[in-house]
Amino acid sequence: MKKDIFVGMFILFLALPAVSMAASAAYGEKIYDPGLLAPVDSKLAIGLGQKAPDFTLPAVSGKSITLSQFRGKKNVLISFIPAAWTPVCSDQWPGYNIAKPLFESHDTLLLGVSVDNIPTLFAWTREMGDLWFEVLSDFWPHGQTASTYGVLRSNGTAERALILVDKQGIIRFIHVSDINVRPDLGMIMDALKKISQ
Amino acid sequence: MKKCLALLVMTAFLIPWTTGLCDSGKMDLNFSLPVPEDAAHVRYLGLEQRGEPFALNQIQAKILIIEIFSMYCPICQREAADVNSLFEMIQANPSLKDQVKLIGIGAGNSAFEVDFFKENYQIQFPLFSDTNFEIHKRIGEVGTPHFIGLKPHKNKGLEIFYSQSGEIKDPKAFLETLIQASGLKL
Repeated sequence: MKKDIFVGMFILFLALPAVSMAASAAYGEKIYDPGLLAPVDSKLAIGLGQKAPDFTLPAVSGKSITLSQFRGKKNVLISFIPAAWTPVCSDQWPGYNIAKPLFESHDTLLLGVSVDNIPTLFAWTREMGDLWFEVLSDFWPHGQTASTYGVLRSNGTAERALILVDKQGIIRFIHVSDINVRPDLGMIMDALKKISQ
Repeated sequence: MKKCLALLVMTAFLIPWTTGLCDSGKMDLNFSLPVPEDAAHVRYLGLEQRGEPFALNQIQAKILIIEIFSMYCPICQREAADVNSLFEMIQANPSLKDQVKLIGIGAGNSAFEVDFFKENYQIQFPLFSDTNFEIHKRIGEVGTPHFIGLKPHKNKGLEIFYSQSGEIKDPKAFLETLIQASGLKL
């Protein structure tokens, strides 16, 4: 009898609406909502003032991108997102897409990184319009870069993390967000201002 | 006990239909907004005093259009020019200018994000930040963009006469549809 109540309560829990998000109509019914997740599920392996671990990853554009290729040229904001086709992630990069002038004014480029594979990222980012920044796939070896940075979650997705690397290749800003919440653009711009001074 | 279980399961599947969907009957408009810093926006809304937050029914208009948008929403970005055209069309029409007002509320957008959206698309009508989705929850967690048409009601304060998810596409046709739906002669 208690088991029946438990099953019923479990179904009730599953049917409850997830965390509030103003989902864009741009994706129609294609977004998968995983519901409310543990805010953070990994342990950072990097720190402020450290040299950013180098990586080379394939991009949706067909290029192969190495972090150190920008050394001495541009600051780099690495934006790890948890997974394609999910609510918060689908809302994050389109905002950065219109903020290109803000990034450029701080001599910074953006690298989007996801553990999804290239075909998935291709289909997903096409729904966002033409992105000005490279979108990299950390799919294989699965999540290796995310793991090196300490932002790979136990279920194989990445954290919602922002890592700012200056022109010398030094980590100047780290923000691992609650995975359920989109980080504020204003906070990112504050971080960019600090390294531009 | 099986009845109890059946009731729980039924409740589980009914909940999304009564809370999350875009149902104007479920929209709670009893929220306040901060008075804009821009004096032109204060005049546009017909607000009498600065400082204290104001309620929607304090806006001087026969029709109030609210756009629920997000800086992060690709459609809102793409359609910003059309919504600007809608505003300009209203402002250019002497019989509508003082009767139909338009505001935007940035769902989950910080003040910085709303300001950036405003500057990026040169938006002239007042935009407000809803950083923590508080207003968004009150109006039924609609998707973005979403347009709501309101008119004064002698007993209820404001009456929702129009609610539309997704883009307006044609500003002129949207305005005509909205005025027609209001039942008002402007």
